[in-house]
Amino acid sequence: MNLAEKDQRGNSIFDLVDKMLNGSVRALGKLITLVEDECPGSLEALKKVYYNTKDAYVVGLTGAPGTGKSTLVDRIAVEIRRQGFKVGIIAIDPSSPFTGGAFLGDRVRMMNTSNDNDIYIRSMGTRGSLGGLSEATASTVKILDAFGKDFILIETAGTGQAEVDVIKETDTTVVVCVPGLGDEIQTMKAGVMEIGDIFVVNKADLRDADRLVGDIETMLNMGYGSKEWIPPIIKTIATDGSGVVALGEEIFNHRGYLIESGLLKSKKVKRIRQEIMEIAKNKIINKISNSSNEANQVSDELLNEIMLREKDPYTAAEEIVNNFSEIFQKSYV
Amino acid sequence: MSSEKKKLRVLISKLGLDGHDRGAKIIAKALRDAGMEVIFGGLRKTPQDITRIAIEEDVDVIGISLLSGAHETLLPELCQLLKENDARDIAVVAGGIIPRDDVPILKRAGVKAVFGPGATSKEIIKYIKSIGTNE
Repeated sequence: MNLAEKDQRGNSIFDLVDKMLNGSVRALGKLITLVEDECPGSLEALKKVYYNTKDAYVVGLTGAPGTGKSTLVDRIAVEIRRQGFKVGIIAIDPSSPFTGGAFLGDRVRMMNTSNDNDIYIRSMGTRGSLGGLSEATASTVKILDAFGKDFILIETAGTGQAEVDVIKETDTTVVVCVPGLGDEIQTMKAGVMEIGDIFVVNKADLRDADRLVGDIETMLNMGYGSKEWIPPIIKTIATDGSGVVALGEEIFNHRGYLIESGLLKSKKVKRIRQEIMEIAKNKIINKISNSSNEANQVSDELLNEIMLREKDPYTAAEEIVNNFSEIFQKSYV
Repeated sequence: MSSEKKKLRVLISKLGLDGHDRGAKIIAKALRDAGMEVIFGGLRKTPQDITRIAIEEDVDVIGISLLSGAHETLLPELCQLLKENDARDIAVVAGGIIPRDDVPILKRAGVKAVFGPGATSKEIIKYIKSIGTNE
Protein backbone atom coordinates (compact mmCIF):
# COMPACT_ATOMS: atom_id res chain seq x y z
CA MET A 1 0.00 0.00 0.00
CA ASN A 2 1.64 3.26 -0.98
CA LEU A 3 0.55 6.70 0.09
CA ALA A 4 -2.06 7.18 -2.59
CA GLU A 5 -3.17 3.58 -2.60
CA LYS A 6 -6.16 2.80 -0.44
CA ASP A 7 -7.29 -0.45 1.08
CA GLN A 8 -10.71 -2.02 0.46
CA ARG A 9 -12.47 0.51 2.61
CA GLY A 10 -10.62 3.54 1.36
CA ASN A 11 -8.11 3.84 4.19
CA SER A 12 -4.75 5.31 3.32
CA ILE A 13 -1.81 4.79 5.65
CA PHE A 14 -2.23 8.37 6.89
CA ASP A 15 -5.89 7.73 7.73
CA LEU A 16 -4.65 4.79 9.79
CA VAL A 17 -2.21 7.02 11.67
CA ASP A 18 -5.01 9.49 12.42
CA LYS A 19 -7.36 6.75 13.59
CA MET A 20 -4.61 5.25 15.72
CA LEU A 21 -3.90 8.63 17.32
CA ASN A 22 -7.62 8.91 18.03
CA GLY A 23 -7.51 5.67 19.98
CA SER A 24 -8.54 2.96 17.48
CA VAL A 25 -6.96 -0.35 18.45
CA ARG A 26 -7.89 -1.73 15.04
CA ALA A 27 -5.88 1.01 13.33
CA LEU A 28 -3.02 0.51 15.80
CA GLY A 29 -2.84 -3.20 14.91
CA LYS A 30 -2.94 -2.50 11.18
CA LEU A 31 -0.29 0.20 11.37
CA ILE A 32 2.13 -2.11 13.18
CA THR A 33 1.56 -4.72 10.46
CA LEU A 34 2.35 -2.23 7.71
CA VAL A 35 5.54 -1.19 9.46
CA GLU A 36 6.52 -4.80 10.11
CA ASP A 37 5.93 -5.70 6.47
CA GLU A 38 7.92 -2.60 5.46
CA CYS A 39 5.11 -1.50 3.18
CA PRO A 40 5.80 1.54 1.03
CA GLY A 41 4.63 4.56 2.96
CA SER A 42 5.41 3.11 6.36
CA LEU A 43 8.41 5.40 6.79
CA GLU A 44 6.20 8.41 5.98
CA ALA A 45 3.70 7.19 8.56
CA LEU A 46 6.45 6.79 11.16
CA LYS A 47 7.57 10.36 10.57
CA LYS A 48 4.12 11.51 11.61
CA VAL A 49 4.02 9.05 14.50
CA TYR A 50 7.29 10.38 15.92
CA TYR A 51 5.89 13.86 16.54
CA ASN A 52 3.19 12.29 18.71
CA THR A 53 5.49 10.26 20.95
CA LYS A 54 5.96 11.27 24.57
CA ASP A 55 8.97 9.25 25.79
CA ALA A 56 7.17 6.18 27.08
CA TYR A 57 9.31 4.20 29.52
CA VAL A 58 10.63 1.00 27.98
CA VAL A 59 11.36 -2.13 30.01
CA GLY A 60 12.96 -5.18 28.40
CA LEU A 61 12.87 -8.74 29.67
CA THR A 62 15.36 -11.22 28.38
CA GLY A 63 16.54 -14.70 29.28
CA ALA A 64 16.72 -18.28 28.07
CA PRO A 65 13.67 -20.05 26.57
CA GLY A 66 11.29 -21.36 29.20
CA THR A 67 12.59 -19.23 32.06
CA GLY A 68 9.15 -17.64 32.52
CA LYS A 69 9.52 -14.33 30.71
CA SER A 70 5.97 -14.24 29.34
CA THR A 71 4.39 -15.12 32.67
CA LEU A 72 6.52 -12.45 34.36
CA VAL A 73 5.61 -9.84 31.75
CA ASP A 74 1.96 -10.59 32.44
CA ARG A 75 2.49 -10.07 36.17
CA ILE A 76 4.64 -6.96 35.77
CA ALA A 77 2.05 -5.41 33.47
CA VAL A 78 -0.53 -5.79 36.24
CA GLU A 79 1.87 -4.17 38.75
CA ILE A 80 2.45 -1.19 36.43
CA ARG A 81 -1.28 -0.87 35.78
CA ARG A 82 -1.85 -0.67 39.54
CA GLN A 83 0.12 2.60 39.46
CA GLY A 84 -2.29 3.89 36.85
CA PHE A 85 -0.01 3.68 33.81
CA LYS A 86 -1.11 2.33 30.45
CA VAL A 87 0.93 -0.58 29.16
CA GLY A 88 1.96 -1.88 25.74
CA ILE A 89 3.59 -5.30 25.39
CA ILE A 90 5.76 -6.49 22.51
CA ALA A 91 6.33 -10.23 22.77
CA ILE A 92 8.94 -11.62 20.41
CA ASP A 93 9.41 -15.24 19.41
CA PRO A 94 11.77 -16.72 16.81
CA SER A 95 10.95 -16.93 13.10
CA SER A 96 12.04 -20.04 11.24
CA PRO A 97 15.34 -19.62 9.37
CA PHE A 98 13.99 -22.10 6.80
CA THR A 99 10.39 -21.08 6.09
CA GLY A 100 10.09 -17.65 7.71
CA GLY A 101 7.10 -18.99 9.62
CA ALA A 102 6.74 -18.58 13.36
CA PHE A 103 4.81 -20.00 16.28
CA LEU A 104 4.04 -17.05 18.51
CA GLY A 105 3.07 -18.53 21.85
CA ASP A 106 3.78 -15.81 24.42
CA ARG A 107 0.18 -14.62 24.69
CA VAL A 108 -0.94 -17.95 26.07
CA ARG A 109 0.82 -17.04 29.33
CA MET A 110 -0.64 -13.57 29.54
CA MET A 111 -3.91 -14.38 31.23
CA ASN A 112 -4.04 -11.62 33.86
CA THR A 113 -3.83 -8.84 31.34
CA SER A 114 -6.38 -10.07 28.82
CA ASN A 115 -9.39 -8.23 30.23
CA ASP A 116 -7.75 -4.86 30.69
CA ASN A 117 -8.38 -2.44 27.83
CA ASP A 118 -5.40 -0.32 28.81
CA ILE A 119 -3.02 -3.14 28.01
CA TYR A 120 -2.19 -3.89 24.39
CA ILE A 121 -0.25 -7.03 23.48
CA ARG A 122 1.46 -7.62 20.15
CA SER A 123 3.33 -10.81 19.20
CA MET A 124 6.16 -10.62 16.69
CA GLY A 125 8.48 -13.02 14.90
CA THR A 126 12.19 -12.13 14.81
CA ARG A 127 12.04 -12.25 10.97
CA GLY A 128 15.75 -12.84 10.54
CA SER A 129 17.10 -10.61 13.32
CA LEU A 130 19.60 -12.41 15.52
CA GLY A 131 19.82 -10.22 18.60
CA GLY A 132 16.59 -11.34 20.28
CA LEU A 133 14.43 -8.55 18.83
CA SER A 134 12.82 -7.99 15.46
CA GLU A 135 13.69 -5.15 13.14
CA ALA A 136 10.31 -3.53 13.64
CA THR A 137 10.66 -3.41 17.44
CA ALA A 138 11.95 0.16 17.64
CA SER A 139 9.22 1.45 15.32
CA THR A 140 6.55 -0.47 17.20
CA VAL A 141 7.71 1.09 20.48
CA LYS A 142 7.18 4.52 18.89
CA ILE A 143 3.72 3.62 17.61
CA LEU A 144 2.65 2.33 21.04
CA ASP A 145 4.11 5.46 22.63
CA ALA A 146 2.18 7.71 20.25
CA PHE A 147 -0.95 5.65 20.95
CA GLY A 148 -0.66 6.74 24.57
CA LYS A 149 1.09 3.90 26.36
CA ASP A 150 3.17 5.08 29.32
CA PHE A 151 5.11 1.86 29.76
CA ILE A 152 6.21 -0.52 27.04
CA LEU A 153 7.38 -4.00 27.94
CA ILE A 154 9.52 -5.85 25.44
CA GLU A 155 9.91 -9.57 25.87
CA THR A 156 12.77 -10.86 23.74
CA ALA A 157 12.83 -14.20 22.00
CA GLY A 158 14.54 -16.73 24.26
CA THR A 159 18.21 -15.78 24.40
CA GLY A 160 21.45 -17.60 25.05
CA GLN A 161 24.58 -15.73 26.00
CA ALA A 162 25.17 -13.19 23.27
CA GLU A 163 21.85 -11.73 22.14
CA VAL A 164 21.94 -8.30 23.75
CA ASP A 165 20.09 -6.08 21.26
CA VAL A 166 17.41 -5.47 23.87
CA ILE A 167 19.61 -2.90 25.66
CA LYS A 168 19.54 -0.72 22.55
CA GLU A 169 15.80 -0.23 22.91
CA THR A 170 15.14 -0.28 26.64
CA ASP A 171 15.53 2.00 29.63
CA THR A 172 15.47 -0.85 32.16
CA THR A 173 16.68 -4.32 31.24
CA VAL A 174 15.56 -7.27 33.33
CA VAL A 175 17.54 -10.49 32.92
CA VAL A 176 15.53 -13.56 33.88
CA CYS A 177 17.47 -16.59 35.13
CA VAL A 178 16.36 -19.95 36.50
CA PRO A 179 18.21 -22.45 38.68
CA GLY A 180 19.75 -25.55 37.19
CA LEU A 181 21.37 -24.19 34.04
CA GLY A 182 24.98 -24.20 35.17
CA ASP A 183 27.46 -23.22 37.83
CA GLU A 184 28.98 -19.88 38.83
CA ILE A 185 31.25 -19.90 35.77
CA GLN A 186 28.17 -19.21 33.63
CA THR A 187 27.43 -16.02 35.57
CA MET A 188 30.98 -14.78 34.88
CA LYS A 189 30.56 -14.77 31.12
CA ALA A 190 30.23 -11.60 29.09
CA GLY A 191 27.06 -10.85 27.18
CA VAL A 192 23.60 -11.33 28.60
CA MET A 193 24.88 -11.53 32.21
CA GLU A 194 26.32 -8.02 31.85
CA ILE A 195 23.22 -6.22 30.67
CA GLY A 196 20.84 -6.64 33.60
CA ASP A 197 19.75 -3.56 35.51
CA ILE A 198 17.71 -6.04 37.52
CA PHE A 199 18.27 -9.77 37.81
CA VAL A 200 15.37 -12.14 38.41
CA VAL A 201 15.80 -15.66 39.68
CA ASN A 202 12.48 -17.12 38.61
CA LYS A 203 11.14 -20.54 39.60
CA ALA A 204 12.63 -19.74 42.99
CA ASP A 205 10.87 -22.77 44.48
CA LEU A 206 13.26 -25.01 42.60
CA ARG A 207 16.34 -26.46 44.25
CA ASP A 208 19.49 -24.35 43.99
CA ALA A 209 17.64 -21.05 43.61
CA ASP A 210 19.60 -19.57 46.53
CA ARG A 211 22.85 -20.81 45.08
CA LEU A 212 22.08 -19.03 41.83
CA VAL A 213 21.29 -15.83 43.74
CA GLY A 214 24.66 -16.21 45.49
CA ASP A 215 26.47 -16.77 42.18
CA ILE A 216 24.97 -13.65 40.65
CA GLU A 217 25.73 -11.70 43.82
CA THR A 218 29.36 -12.80 43.72
CA MET A 219 29.61 -11.82 40.09
CA LEU A 220 28.17 -8.36 40.82
CA ASN A 221 30.50 -7.93 43.81
CA MET A 222 33.49 -8.35 41.53
CA GLY A 223 32.50 -5.08 39.90
CA TYR A 224 29.76 -3.82 37.69
CA GLY A 225 29.45 -1.05 35.10
CA SER A 226 28.00 1.49 37.48
CA LYS A 227 28.84 2.27 41.09
CA GLU A 228 25.59 4.11 41.82
CA TRP A 229 23.26 1.38 40.67
CA ILE A 230 24.01 -2.14 41.87
CA PRO A 231 21.51 -4.43 40.14
CA PRO A 232 19.13 -6.02 42.65
CA ILE A 233 18.46 -9.74 42.47
CA ILE A 234 14.81 -10.65 42.93
CA LYS A 235 13.50 -14.13 43.56
CA THR A 236 10.15 -14.79 41.91
CA ILE A 237 7.71 -17.58 41.26
CA ALA A 238 5.91 -16.12 38.27
CA THR A 239 3.15 -18.72 38.19
CA ASP A 240 1.85 -17.79 41.65
CA GLY A 241 3.02 -14.18 41.66
CA SER A 242 5.55 -14.46 44.50
CA GLY A 243 8.15 -11.71 44.38
CA VAL A 244 6.44 -9.82 41.60
CA VAL A 245 5.54 -6.83 43.77
CA ALA A 246 9.21 -6.47 44.72
CA LEU A 247 10.19 -6.75 41.07
CA GLY A 248 7.71 -4.04 40.14
CA GLU A 249 9.16 -1.80 42.86
CA GLU A 250 12.70 -2.32 41.60
CA ILE A 251 11.64 -1.37 38.06
CA PHE A 252 10.26 1.90 39.43
CA ASN A 253 13.40 2.37 41.57
CA HIS A 254 15.62 1.97 38.55
CA ARG A 255 13.48 4.39 36.59
CA GLY A 256 13.78 6.91 39.43
CA TYR A 257 17.54 6.44 39.49
CA LEU A 258 17.83 7.03 35.73
CA ILE A 259 15.70 10.15 35.89
CA GLU A 260 17.52 11.65 38.89
CA SER A 261 20.98 10.93 37.58
CA GLY A 262 20.18 12.32 34.15
CA LEU A 263 21.10 8.98 32.62
CA LEU A 264 17.65 8.50 31.13
CA LYS A 265 18.14 11.45 28.86
CA SER A 266 21.61 10.41 27.77
CA LYS A 267 20.30 6.89 27.08
CA LYS A 268 17.61 8.31 24.85
CA VAL A 269 20.05 10.56 23.03
CA LYS A 270 22.35 7.62 22.41
CA ARG A 271 19.43 5.56 21.18
CA ILE A 272 18.37 8.22 18.70
CA ARG A 273 21.92 8.52 17.39
CA GLN A 274 22.09 4.75 16.83
CA GLU A 275 18.71 4.74 15.23
CA ILE A 276 19.45 7.48 12.72
CA MET A 277 22.57 5.62 11.59
CA GLU A 278 20.64 2.37 11.40
CA ILE A 279 17.90 3.88 9.26
CA ALA A 280 20.45 5.58 7.00
CA LYS A 281 22.38 2.33 6.66
CA ASN A 282 19.26 0.42 5.70
CA LYS A 283 18.31 3.06 3.17
CA ILE A 284 21.71 2.83 1.52
CA ILE A 285 21.63 -0.96 1.46
CA ASN A 286 18.14 -0.88 -0.06
CA LYS A 287 19.29 1.61 -2.66
CA ILE A 288 22.20 -0.60 -3.64
CA SER A 289 20.18 -3.79 -3.79
CA ASN A 290 17.26 -2.16 -5.63
CA SER A 291 19.56 -0.36 -8.05
CA SER A 292 18.95 -1.23 -11.68
CA ASN A 293 22.56 -0.37 -12.54
CA GLU A 294 24.34 -3.56 -13.61
CA ALA A 295 27.58 -2.57 -11.93
CA ASN A 296 25.80 -2.83 -8.57
CA GLN A 297 24.62 -6.38 -9.10
CA VAL A 298 26.40 -9.47 -7.91
CA SER A 299 26.25 -11.32 -11.20
CA ASP A 300 26.77 -15.05 -11.74
CA GLU A 301 29.77 -14.12 -13.81
CA LEU A 302 31.31 -12.18 -10.94
CA LEU A 303 30.61 -15.03 -8.54
CA ASN A 304 32.28 -17.43 -10.92
CA GLU A 305 35.38 -15.23 -11.15
CA ILE A 306 35.60 -15.20 -7.38
CA MET A 307 35.16 -18.97 -7.14
CA LEU A 308 38.00 -19.38 -9.68
CA ARG A 309 40.21 -17.00 -7.64
CA GLU A 310 40.36 -14.55 -10.55
CA LYS A 311 38.97 -11.94 -8.24
CA ASP A 312 38.44 -11.66 -4.48
CA PRO A 313 35.20 -10.79 -2.64
CA TYR A 314 36.80 -7.73 -1.00
CA THR A 315 37.59 -6.08 -4.32
CA ALA A 316 34.13 -6.96 -5.63
CA ALA A 317 32.49 -5.26 -2.64
CA GLU A 318 34.73 -2.20 -3.01
CA GLU A 319 33.75 -1.88 -6.66
CA ILE A 320 30.06 -1.92 -5.77
CA VAL A 321 30.55 0.72 -3.11
CA ASN A 322 32.74 2.95 -5.32
CA ASN A 323 30.38 2.68 -8.22
CA PHE A 324 27.45 3.41 -5.98
CA SER A 325 29.10 6.49 -4.49
CA GLU A 326 29.47 7.91 -7.99
CA ILE A 327 25.81 7.37 -8.80
CA PHE A 328 24.86 8.68 -5.39
CA GLN A 329 26.77 11.91 -5.93
CA LYS A 330 25.34 12.43 -9.40
CA SER A 331 21.77 11.95 -8.28
CA TYR A 332 21.89 13.95 -5.07
CA VAL A 333 24.16 16.90 -5.75
CA MET B 1 -1.12 -4.95 -0.15
CA SER B 2 1.70 -4.94 -2.61
CA SER B 3 4.63 -5.50 -0.28
CA GLU B 4 6.87 -8.48 -0.87
CA LYS B 5 7.36 -8.88 2.83
CA LYS B 6 3.66 -9.31 3.54
CA LYS B 7 3.43 -12.21 5.89
CA LEU B 8 0.22 -14.08 6.58
CA ARG B 9 -0.73 -13.87 10.24
CA VAL B 10 -3.13 -16.48 11.57
CA LEU B 11 -4.67 -16.83 15.02
CA ILE B 12 -5.16 -20.47 15.96
CA SER B 13 -7.21 -20.96 19.08
CA LYS B 14 -9.70 -23.08 20.89
CA LEU B 15 -13.08 -21.56 21.59
CA GLY B 16 -15.32 -22.60 24.46
CA LEU B 17 -15.00 -25.30 27.00
CA ASP B 18 -13.22 -28.27 25.54
CA GLY B 19 -9.65 -29.07 26.33
CA HIS B 20 -8.60 -31.03 23.27
CA ASP B 21 -5.93 -28.94 21.60
CA ARG B 22 -3.96 -31.53 19.69
CA GLY B 23 -5.74 -30.66 16.43
CA ALA B 24 -5.12 -26.96 16.94
CA LYS B 25 -1.44 -27.62 17.64
CA ILE B 26 -1.03 -29.78 14.53
CA ILE B 27 -2.59 -27.10 12.35
CA ALA B 28 -0.52 -24.37 14.02
CA LYS B 29 2.68 -26.30 13.32
CA ALA B 30 1.64 -26.98 9.71
CA LEU B 31 0.91 -23.30 9.08
CA ARG B 32 4.18 -22.31 10.72
CA ASP B 33 6.01 -24.68 8.39
CA ALA B 34 4.13 -23.13 5.46
CA GLY B 35 5.81 -19.82 6.32
CA MET B 36 2.98 -18.16 8.22
CA GLU B 37 3.12 -16.38 11.55
CA VAL B 38 0.83 -18.27 13.87
CA ILE B 39 -0.40 -16.62 17.04
CA PHE B 40 -1.43 -19.40 19.38
CA GLY B 41 -4.37 -18.43 21.52
CA GLY B 42 -4.60 -21.50 23.69
CA LEU B 43 -7.50 -23.10 25.48
CA ARG B 44 -10.92 -22.02 26.74
CA LYS B 45 -11.21 -18.69 25.01
CA THR B 46 -14.45 -16.73 24.74
CA PRO B 47 -15.59 -15.02 21.53
CA GLN B 48 -14.61 -11.74 23.26
CA ASP B 49 -11.08 -13.03 23.93
CA ILE B 50 -10.67 -14.15 20.32
CA THR B 51 -11.95 -10.84 18.93
CA ARG B 52 -9.54 -8.90 21.08
CA ILE B 53 -6.51 -11.03 20.20
CA ALA B 54 -7.36 -10.97 16.47
CA ILE B 55 -7.60 -7.18 16.45
CA GLU B 56 -4.48 -6.56 18.56
CA GLU B 57 -2.46 -8.97 16.46
CA ASP B 58 -4.05 -7.81 13.19
CA VAL B 59 -4.38 -11.34 11.85
CA ASP B 60 -5.64 -12.14 8.36
CA VAL B 61 -7.37 -15.33 9.42
CA ILE B 62 -8.79 -16.82 12.62
CA GLY B 63 -8.68 -20.61 12.77
CA ILE B 64 -10.98 -21.95 15.48
CA SER B 65 -10.86 -25.51 16.73
CA LEU B 66 -14.01 -26.61 18.48
CA LEU B 67 -15.07 -30.06 19.54
CA SER B 68 -17.57 -29.29 22.25
CA GLY B 69 -20.70 -29.01 20.14
CA ALA B 70 -21.18 -25.36 21.01
CA HIS B 71 -20.24 -24.15 17.54
CA GLU B 72 -23.75 -22.96 16.70
CA THR B 73 -23.67 -20.53 19.61
CA LEU B 74 -20.04 -19.47 19.79
CA LEU B 75 -19.04 -19.08 16.14
CA PRO B 76 -21.92 -16.76 15.15
CA GLU B 77 -21.19 -14.73 18.27
CA LEU B 78 -17.54 -14.40 17.23
CA CYS B 79 -18.51 -13.30 13.71
CA GLN B 80 -20.94 -10.76 15.12
CA LEU B 81 -18.31 -9.34 17.48
CA LEU B 82 -15.81 -8.98 14.64
CA LYS B 83 -18.41 -7.07 12.63
CA GLU B 84 -19.16 -4.78 15.55
CA ASN B 85 -15.47 -4.06 16.05
CA ASP B 86 -14.65 -3.00 12.51
CA ALA B 87 -12.97 -6.34 11.77
CA ARG B 88 -15.32 -8.12 9.39
CA ASP B 89 -12.42 -8.44 6.95
CA ILE B 90 -10.74 -10.99 9.23
CA ALA B 91 -11.76 -14.41 7.89
CA VAL B 92 -13.06 -17.00 10.34
CA VAL B 93 -12.30 -20.64 9.55
CA ALA B 94 -13.46 -23.48 11.76
CA GLY B 95 -12.34 -27.04 12.34
CA GLY B 96 -13.21 -29.90 14.64
CA ILE B 97 -16.32 -31.98 15.13
CA ILE B 98 -18.99 -30.03 13.31
CA PRO B 99 -21.94 -31.95 11.77
CA ARG B 100 -22.33 -31.41 8.03
CA ASP B 101 -25.89 -30.14 8.46
CA ASP B 102 -24.66 -27.27 10.61
CA VAL B 103 -22.19 -25.97 8.05
CA PRO B 104 -24.69 -23.85 6.05
CA ILE B 105 -25.91 -22.26 9.28
CA LEU B 106 -22.36 -21.32 10.24
CA LYS B 107 -21.60 -20.00 6.77
CA ARG B 108 -24.68 -17.83 6.86
CA ALA B 109 -23.42 -16.44 10.17
CA GLY B 110 -20.15 -15.45 8.51
CA VAL B 111 -17.81 -18.44 8.89
CA LYS B 112 -15.78 -18.63 5.67
CA ALA B 113 -14.95 -22.36 5.70
CA VAL B 114 -15.34 -25.45 7.84
CA PHE B 115 -12.76 -28.22 7.86
CA GLY B 116 -13.93 -31.43 9.50
CA PRO B 117 -12.13 -34.68 10.28
CA GLY B 118 -10.28 -35.95 7.23
CA ALA B 119 -9.29 -32.51 5.96
CA THR B 120 -5.58 -32.45 5.15
CA SER B 121 -3.11 -29.81 6.31
CA LYS B 122 -2.33 -29.20 2.63
CA GLU B 123 -5.94 -28.31 1.86
CA ILE B 124 -6.11 -25.96 4.81
CA ILE B 125 -2.82 -24.24 3.95
CA LYS B 126 -3.95 -23.79 0.35
CA TYR B 127 -7.26 -22.32 1.46
CA ILE B 128 -5.68 -19.90 3.96
CA LYS B 129 -3.13 -18.75 1.40
CA SER B 130 -5.96 -18.09 -1.06
CA ILE B 131 -7.75 -15.92 1.51
CA GLY B 132 -4.52 -14.04 2.20
CA THR B 133 -3.88 -13.16 -1.44
CA ASN B 134 -7.48 -12.10 -2.08
CA GLU B 135 -7.18 -9.36 0.44
